[in-house]
Amino acid sequence: MTAPLLEVRGLVRRFGGVVALDGLDLAVRRGTVTALIGPNGAGKSTAFQCISGVIRPDEGRVTFDGQDITGARPDRVTRAGLVRSFQIARGIPRLTVLENLLLYGQDQPGEAVGRAILGGAAVRRREEALRAKAAEVAARLNLTRVLDNLASDLSGGQKKLMEIGRALMASPRLLLLDEPVAGVNPTLAAEIARHIAHLRDEGMTVLVVEHHMDFVASLCDPVIVMAEGKLLAQGAFEDVANDARVQEAYMGRRAHA
Amino acid sequence: MESYLVAMLVFAGLYALMALGLNVIWGLAGMVNLGLVGFFAVGAYASALLTTKQFWPMPLGWAAGAAVAAAAGAVMAVIVARLRGDYLAIVTLGFAEVIRLVASNEIWLTNGTDGISGIPGPWRGAVTPQQFNLIFLGIVWAAVALAFLLCARVSHSPFGRVLRAVREDQDVAAVAGKPVLWFKVRAFCLGAAVVGFAGALYAHYNAYIAPDGFAPLLTIYIVLALTAGGVGAMRGAIIGALVVVLLLEGTRFLAQAIPGVTPVQKAALRESIIALSLILLLRFRPQGLIPERTRTKARP
Repeated sequence: MTAPLLEVRGLVRRFGGVVALDGLDLAVRRGTVTALIGPNGAGKSTAFQCISGVIRPDEGRVTFDGQDITGARPDRVTRAGLVRSFQIARGIPRLTVLENLLLYGQDQPGEAVGRAILGGAAVRRREEALRAKAAEVAARLNLTRVLDNLASDLSGGQKKLMEIGRALMASPRLLLLDEPVAGVNPTLAAEIARHIAHLRDEGMTVLVVEHHMDFVASLCDPVIVMAEGKLLAQGAFEDVANDARVQEAYMGRRAHA
Repeated sequence: MESYLVAMLVFAGLYALMALGLNVIWGLAGMVNLGLVGFFAVGAYASALLTTKQFWPMPLGWAAGAAVAAAAGAVMAVIVARLRGDYLAIVTLGFAEVIRLVASNEIWLTNGTDGISGIPGPWRGAVTPQQFNLIFLGIVWAAVALAFLLCARVSHSPFGRVLRAVREDQDVAAVAGKPVLWFKVRAFCLGAAVVGFAGALYAHYNAYIAPDGFAPLLTIYIVLALTAGGVGAMRGAIIGALVVVLLLEGTRFLAQAIPGVTPVQKAALRESIIALSLILLLRFRPQGLIPERTRTKARP
């Protein structure tokens, strides 16, 4: 068995007196769609924030593909090949869908001031390549018709799709999806699940935080359960769903009268 | 009257340059900068001192004005890296005041509140004052054209795209793989350089600069110009500067033409007209006269 793509060891993050992460350990194997579930306040979002570099952990280690990325800046994490999506689709509202996609393209020499002013063949070639890739991503996610719309004009479901599309533009090896189907109708949720399954079949690794249990059950294996900032259980969906500790974390302790 | 018009157009050009600079910092990168007049002063003093005391040739002095202002902009960007909105406004406003107070008190360098006089102007003395004004008008608007081309290219480049993303949501820009601070520093540098260049031109046009000339009111005029013209659109910055100068100056004549009011009332009326026009403009066209538009289209 090969080493896991993402390995988190003893991650701790406190906010004042609140311990959001209390020594979290988890690992994501290559080529899987792994789910991270747990009741509200379990620390899933904080774990996402720490892994993606948006906030720094107080203690612990995050290793991605053998590389230590603990506390690295989010742009470095992305360039290492680990790209996250945002829970509330945080599209850049006053940029079009196409511009949102192009923004996530890497290695554009036109992002240097001199090149931006002077232009040149290298900038144009890279822009053409990124546009071709954006067209491909948009076609895959049914966004072709809305490429020229402002992100703020998209429907909730389209924003979710764009969120995934943007992350794909950065050619991730590990995709972190934060509630990709929250607030989405069941038909679109099934469509998003199909998109994610295709990505896995093409060799991508995905870590998903999600509350929709149907979605998790149909798509994710293994499932990691968090409670109170720690790992509680992991395994196939059936196994963790039948685990008494997991049921207790979600439902509270059964009162034996 | 003719020379008055020419002088006003020169000032409109200087305002347009400053509005273009502010548009890179505020319009594209979203950083409120109420310290604009500070960068204007830095550029003016740098060029004035180098040309009067070190006898640098004028074009070199102007370039130095832009460069020193850009350096000040870089330092500023690093200092305010973590500030947003109101706090950024306070710190940048403070910066401009610090520059003005330093210029008033470091007499060995700036000659204090007496200011620096005898700053050379292109062909000043060799031509009549009217001709000098016309020459300068040409120089200023050539600079506006150059700055406009430069800023428009930046705005529609991949670099500009990242700046707009930083403006809207810097966490998203960071996750998109962009080093946000480095983009902010470069935006601040570029904008401050354009404003500093405007300051240098002003010093050589006026032949005299003093700390009094760099009061915060000027910053407010430029912010108004950009708001009226359209934040984020480079053409809007130039149109907005012309509108503001037209409002400021045109209302003088308008107020004079109203019969039956005392001169004091006329002065008050003038300010009321300015305020009312801007309020109406922002009420009915909040996006400004020229709204921001993208050139990045999937279908041309």
